Amino acid sequence: MASVAKEWREIPGRYNLVGCKCGACGKIYFPRRNLCPECRRASIGKMEDYAICRKGKVFTFSVIYDAPECNNLLKPYAVAMVKTDDGVMISAQLVDVDIDKIEIGMPVRAVLRKLDSDGESGVIHYGFKFVPDL
Amino acid sequence: MEVGIVSYGAYVPRYRIKPEEIGRIWGVDGKGMGKGLMIFQKSVPSPDEDVVTIATEAARYMMDRVPEVDPKDIGAIYVGSESHPYAVKPTATIVAEAIMATPALTAADMEFACKAGTAGIQACMGLVGSGMVKYGVAIGADTSQGAPGDALEYSASAGGAAYLIGSEKVIARINKTLSFTTDTPDFWRREGQPYPLHGGRFTGEPAYFRHITSAAKMMMEAMGTTPADYKYAVFHQPNGKFPTRVAAQLGFTPEQIEYGLLTPNIGNTYSGAVPLGLANVLDHAQPGDRIFVTSYGSGAGSDAFDITVTDEIVNYKRNNAPVLEKILADPIYVDYGVYAKYKGKIIMPE
Amino acid sequence: MRDVAIIGVGVTKFGELWNRSFRDLGIEAGLKAIEDAKLSGSEIDGLFIGNMSAGRFINQQHIDALIADYSGMASKHIPATRVEAGGASGAVAFRQAVMAVASGMHDIVMVGGAEKMTDIDDPSINSVLDATADAEWEAGMGLTFASLHAMIAQRMIHDGIATREEIASFSVNSHFHGALNPNAQFKKAITLDTVLRSGPVATPLGMFDCAPISDGAASLVLCPLEDAKKYTDSYVKVSAVAQASDTLALFQREDITTYGATVSAAQAAYKTAGITAADVDVAEVHDTYTVAGIMALQDLGLFKRGEAGKAVLEGKCQVGSDMPINTSGGLKARGHPVGATGVAQIVEIAEQLRGSADKRQVENAKYGVAQSSGGMGSAVVVSVMEAI
Repeated sequence: MASVAKEWREIPGRYNLVGCKCGACGKIYFPRRNLCPECRRASIGKMEDYAICRKGKVFTFSVIYDAPECNNLLKPYAVAMVKTDDGVMISAQLVDVDIDKIEIGMPVRAVLRKLDSDGESGVIHYGFKFVPDL
Repeated sequence: MEVGIVSYGAYVPRYRIKPEEIGRIWGVDGKGMGKGLMIFQKSVPSPDEDVVTIATEAARYMMDRVPEVDPKDIGAIYVGSESHPYAVKPTATIVAEAIMATPALTAADMEFACKAGTAGIQACMGLVGSGMVKYGVAIGADTSQGAPGDALEYSASAGGAAYLIGSEKVIARINKTLSFTTDTPDFWRREGQPYPLHGGRFTGEPAYFRHITSAAKMMMEAMGTTPADYKYAVFHQPNGKFPTRVAAQLGFTPEQIEYGLLTPNIGNTYSGAVPLGLANVLDHAQPGDRIFVTSYGSGAGSDAFDITVTDEIVNYKRNNAPVLEKILADPIYVDYGVYAKYKGKIIMPE
Repeated sequence: MRDVAIIGVGVTKFGELWNRSFRDLGIEAGLKAIEDAKLSGSEIDGLFIGNMSAGRFINQQHIDALIADYSGMASKHIPATRVEAGGASGAVAFRQAVMAVASGMHDIVMVGGAEKMTDIDDPSINSVLDATADAEWEAGMGLTFASLHAMIAQRMIHDGIATREEIASFSVNSHFHGALNPNAQFKKAITLDTVLRSGPVATPLGMFDCAPISDGAASLVLCPLEDAKKYTDSYVKVSAVAQASDTLALFQREDITTYGATVSAAQAAYKTAGITAADVDVAEVHDTYTVAGIMALQDLGLFKRGEAGKAVLEGKCQVGSDMPINTSGGLKARGHPVGATGVAQIVEIAEQLRGSADKRQVENAKYGVAQSSGGMGSAVVVSVMEAI
């Protein structure tokens, strides 16, 4: 059985795209960091929780055919790097989309979906995926 | 204190299957089944969707429409479903986390077949009306399973809607709610069993029709109203035929039930059915519109609501989230093989 | 700081070697290097081993002790160090060894790189490789290692830096050379059409864009340059070994069509070696995927941005041309037992510079470069060797 704590600890980032903002320079990061790579020591204790905007545009993508077992029911499925509307780049699966019609620049938004589970009896892990924005 | 709906959100998965495709596999006239049930297609959840994700999507739309409401002011959240992903571990806490309402709130999951969502609305009304909480969230959502080859396979679908109940800036005041509840075993599922069983035609007159008409009559008697006093009516809709018939029996017209009847287009979303029907009505409602709602849950019971849309709906930022018409506009059709794969009906290797 | 020389090289066949265990492979490579250096073995005073994931592949941690023991050196209690840096594990081990000799702390060290990948099933192997990206925010979100490279390729095509055919041609180049290398996993030349029509892995990349899963080991013996002649006449100088780091996740990069770590390490290495990219006569680059090979050629300054693909497609990187690339067969055709690769690249360059590269020989090669990368270019080592 896998650790339940490891996934639980990342819930703010996984569910709500909570990253952080440097209190010293204002730069936004995802995932959260303990210190700002720009400000370094000056940022210690100043990193604030910050929920990244859920809307963005596809920067690049790929359709995965050789998939990990947890995604056997979904393959082939797309993944993408998305530039969110607040300028932060994040990556996740891109679902509910025609895999032959994905385009760089397409508007998408992050939603909560099942990522996988620790088997039939184990904890279900939820996290964000992108869908085409309505 | 005016208690009612402050905001709502609705979500239906994008995938669809038609009854003729289901019938093709089982050697049944699927198109005929569909006509008989008045269901022309039903929604199918993607393998990565479940009641948690559907409830979350609906709840997030609900919150998007009231940006001035701080999710931390939500004091209660109830998710009603008969297909919660866990038998033990509440859907409600995951949704609460996903709308950033935690930690100062109460939460629980509800089960009452198809009326678990409306039962949650009643609970929230009590908490808000008594001053115990500022806002309560009630969600009805399901991803129900129909047994392969069974009649229910043509109707059991997926979807849900969320309601923010409060007393400030209410867009639809709930004038009254009451319920009619008996021990009637029309449709059930034992713990651990994958598919529900039902009493065939027993699910009609002694179950659905008795409870809905009883609750509806009790409500109109309590409010001194007749069907003509309402602009819209929403009834539980396991297929398209039952609500059409019960509406006629009670004296409501086809026009009154039109917006609130989604099952012909998306199938029976169980705990999501009445919440979704009401959401579609609210997507079109104007100030002053009066709405009559009666849900039904097997086992059995009906919750009735008498609702009046307020002037506040004019200011309501409904377009901050997609309306149902938009959500339902661009479905993706699948065949039975994909359907069976998505619904976990295929025995997969370890 | 002393100059360092490579006085012995050894490499096993790479492939799906069902009959060879991790111990068998590691020791075989080491013995070949010792023989090549004409040593008895008792001279070695330090071991540096690159291995990515024996812990997950064969459930064995503590590879340093395992190799020291089975190479007969544990009884002498010599220091052994195992290094992990994803795909760059072997190259980073090489750099550690070079620093150990250059600093004067060691006089004669053995570098080994080994990986035994085929003892677990393919999905498990892939999940180990996926873990060299960001396990939490890339692999954990359903992105595979292949898909990260595929997204780079997608963007390069979109930005006009290389076409799909140009990217695919890197595999043709690797296989051309694999056909000349008796130790290669794949010894058959292929056509561009084969690459383009191969089954999709993560679009636009297909099976033939991807390095295989392999077992194998490679080894080197290093000593101060001034002592090399004591052991052998066939040695090369290590002119520079530079290493650079970058973000773990691809989505944290400013520009995903270049590996900043390769650019940085290459600049530092060329500076130390006193050369420019134009002086490079032969290079081994890290083609886990074709697109990574194309990027490496540009990041090393061997071709301008947007021109590497054209050159490879036109056959201008084959042995006999001006800029022979991956004469060993590269990761794609020679094979990619992950921890061994970085060391095997150095072996190939050394063989080229001292004239023992047989059918793959580049004429009059004076400077050779090896570029090894871990994860998504999160660790890159660029080494410059010089013929003496």
